[in-house]
Amino acid sequence: MSDTADKVKKIVVEHLGVEEAKVTSEASFIDDLGADSLDTVELVMAFEEAFGVEIPDDAAEKITTVKDAIDYIEAQKAA
Amino acid sequence: MFSLEGKVALVTGATGGIGAEIARALHRQGAKVALSGTRKEVLETLAAELEGALVAPANLSDPAAPAALVEQVEAAFGKLDILVNNAGFTRDGLAMRMADKDWSDVLEVDLTAPFRLARAAMRGMMKRRTGRIISIASIVGVTGNPGQANYAAAKAGLIGMSKSLAQELASRGITVNVVAPGFIATPMTDALNDQQKARLMERIPMGRMGEAADIAAAVAYLSSDEAGWVTGATHHVNGGMAMI
Repeated sequence: MSDTADKVKKIVVEHLGVEEAKVTSEASFIDDLGADSLDTVELVMAFEEAFGVEIPDDAAEKITTVKDAIDYIEAQKAA
Repeated sequence: MFSLEGKVALVTGATGGIGAEIARALHRQGAKVALSGTRKEVLETLAAELEGALVAPANLSDPAAPAALVEQVEAAFGKLDILVNNAGFTRDGLAMRMADKDWSDVLEVDLTAPFRLARAAMRGMMKRRTGRIISIASIVGVTGNPGQANYAAAKAGLIGMSKSLAQELASRGITVNVVAPGFIATPMTDALNDQQKARLMERIPMGRMGEAADIAAAVAYLSSDEAGWVTGATHHVNGGMAMI
């Protein structure tokens, strides 16, 4: 597993207070991990801080699963 | 009761009569206070009274100032628990004669800056699952007042904004409330002539102008842990002038 994936999952576990095992790549923040809309904003802000990337609103809207977040951050870092 | 021991508060407009008294009241309850305003010397004089106070001058008409101010307070004290949006000013005139700039300048400082401050402050509050955002509106934000279309609109705006933020942030332990003063004896109201004052007094059942301390007490209460179930509320402190 990539460092990015590790770090993303750790942030999700911390912020949503869910078990690590539940945070699979396919897990949806809202449907599977019990996040509300404010949680998703907080998560995006936490990703921005942790990875030093900017996630604009239109991109943030499309980040609904753990994998979406990992892919977006890795693409930003590669760019 | 109502202890603010261990809390950090930021009061904007602390150079004014009401702002200074709010800072004193929060400090008395045990909070560390950051004092903001445009006149540094006045803030320094107040800070000399309040042990450990941070002097943080800011010009809130600058769009970048609110976020920088919150950052400065968090850097100095490690967190911000209580934001008191008190800064505001008037530029009165009948609507017929009110220039666009008189409207927009008042809206910018009295409504937009408080929003920017709240937005900056809520980030840390959300993480810590606790916080207090208190805005000082005015009775005229609810009743209106001839010559104050800009000011009344800004103050009414604070009420609507606070109710929205209250709903957004309730699940994070953050309360958002408004204190709406009536006529308070400050340099701003000293400018009224005797006839205007006498006419005002007839409309105040308590028979006196308010004191800054009357407002500060309401802010101290709303800042406390005991007020944790009060959110989205507008507290009218006006000697009975408007019972709403």
